[in-house]
Amino acid sequence: MGSEPLQLLTSSRSLGKKTLASRLTNWGVVLLSLYVIAALISLLLSNLGVLSQVNNGLDNSIYAAPSFTHWCGTDRLGRDVCLRTFAGSGVALQVVFLAVTLAVVIGVPLGILSGYLGGILDRALILIMDTLYTIPVLLLSVVISFLLGRGIFNAAVAICVVYVPQYFRVVRNQTAQVKSELFVDAAVSMGAGPLWIIRKYLLKNVITSIPVLLTMNAADAVLVLGGLGFLGLGLPEAVPEWGNDLNLALSALPTGIWWTSLFPGFAMFGMVLSLSFVGEGLEVFVDKVNSSETA
Amino acid sequence: MDRKEALIRYCVTRLALVPLMLWLISSLVFLLLRVAPGDPVDAILGNRANQEAKEALRTKLGLDQTIWHQYLDYLSGLIKGDLGQALTNQEEVSAIISKALPATLELSLFALIIAIIIGFIIGLSGTARPDGKLDLLGRIYGISTYALPPFWAAMIVQLVFAVWLGWLPVGGRFPPSLLQPQGSGFLVLDSLCSRNWAALQGSLRHLLLPASTLGILLSGVFSRILRINLARILQTDFIEAARSRGLKESQVIIRHALPNSLLPVLTIAGITIASLIGGALLIEVTFSWPGIALRLKEAINQRDYPVVQGIVVVIATLVVFISVLIDLLVASIDPRVRY
Repeated sequence: MGSEPLQLLTSSRSLGKKTLASRLTNWGVVLLSLYVIAALISLLLSNLGVLSQVNNGLDNSIYAAPSFTHWCGTDRLGRDVCLRTFAGSGVALQVVFLAVTLAVVIGVPLGILSGYLGGILDRALILIMDTLYTIPVLLLSVVISFLLGRGIFNAAVAICVVYVPQYFRVVRNQTAQVKSELFVDAAVSMGAGPLWIIRKYLLKNVITSIPVLLTMNAADAVLVLGGLGFLGLGLPEAVPEWGNDLNLALSALPTGIWWTSLFPGFAMFGMVLSLSFVGEGLEVFVDKVNSSETA
Repeated sequence: MDRKEALIRYCVTRLALVPLMLWLISSLVFLLLRVAPGDPVDAILGNRANQEAKEALRTKLGLDQTIWHQYLDYLSGLIKGDLGQALTNQEEVSAIISKALPATLELSLFALIIAIIIGFIIGLSGTARPDGKLDLLGRIYGISTYALPPFWAAMIVQLVFAVWLGWLPVGGRFPPSLLQPQGSGFLVLDSLCSRNWAALQGSLRHLLLPASTLGILLSGVFSRILRINLARILQTDFIEAARSRGLKESQVIIRHALPNSLLPVLTIAGITIASLIGGALLIEVTFSWPGIALRLKEAINQRDYPVVQGIVVVIATLVVFISVLIDLLVASIDPRVRY
């Protein structure tokens, strides 16, 4: 008698969870595609000459409040805030995509190598990665970005270093775990080479855990890129980047000029939010797939 | 039984790792700054500087010596607490840092207290009815505070409460019209000790906006971790037993579930906050709070290489100490932790 309503309760609970996660993912995907569209359209219109270039501001008055001609006002060089915010979306997406891809490309093979070979190499790599992991996220990027100077690829390198240890850790542990399974021993005794084992038994496990980490890291990387820009590091001056624009907006803030701060920051917030939503949804999805496989 | 001995052994091995990690971190920073592509002299002076100036700076920084010599110099300096001199004003880097550190610690401490209070309220209010309205709101709060760029959130708070409403000062740490109380460098504490009520009020008024901004941003992490751990513990048998004894749900949560979920919260929150604080401290820049992040920004703008290096090493060292301290604390409280 007692078990039936209880079960009903749990099933409705899990139903509620599913809808929340999938709703979040939907929202995230929609928002994210809006960012992509905004980036593409602003690039297209600028290049067609319908809108002015992002760095053109000489003809406009400086610090003009939002109006019909400049929807989000202009900054201290007379540049259109709206246009720069839109263009910044494309820049952020590119740099973050590049950074996270780099982190996967470096972290995953290192993790497989370390977990598969074991021994001194494994221990040394673990120690180095753990140490990298303890250094606060932004500081590591600051050091590298400070040294490499400004540039899109340089910024991506500076950001990717933060995430390499995470992929390394996940992949290394999974590799070590799978490697100790009996069926791997069986495969080896039947003459399977390391590459075959990695392809056959490891990659599938690894691949399912990476998308979640990837979107979460992408969300985080947007913040790191913004932080770098805010400190005056990261991308070249000519590239419209939210963090750097906020850095420039800071000095005008005490005089009540709000539009140069509000819009770029809000765009950054929205992008991080949408990436986190997608990540949350993916996590629930992957958990579900994994648990239905084991069941 | 042997518990005490095991605990002591664990603490000793954990502490023995500290110098190793510190050595690795400082070596890593050294390696990154010297071996990575790009010349520090170019980074400081720019590519177009003349050759003589470059050579002079190279000699001044000791970069004309072999890499091994530089490395040993750097390490022996670190052991003595010597972080080198600032390029801009020849000030000792260690003096710069010890001047800026109390401001940062004061801000972080107050922010942490605010974060814990808000995080607990939000984390607890959701657990009474999982997936209820409060729980959903709490989860959205957790994601949103994480997604907010800290320095931008600080700008908006500054704009509303300081610029538009004029309730609190825009930035800085102390009213310029008053004389700063001397002592530990923690202005609130110093004002309290010298019973200087005007100074206390002034420093608290300056502290309020930055500390609550940082506190609110960090509270999301707390509420999220607390929620996850409470939910896990509420599934266990002893909670079921407590419920079947007829205890009220609020009592079950507060008396039985909460104490058992505090340890994981302590562990994870400690690590998260230690690493988060790097990014979150950017709000110092927004509020021109004269702490270590603001100093770091100045050093970056002036391309003051030794100061950047020193600040990074010191913050990383602090983080290592905090995480070891939390590990030891958890080990001494939780009987299940063994090594």
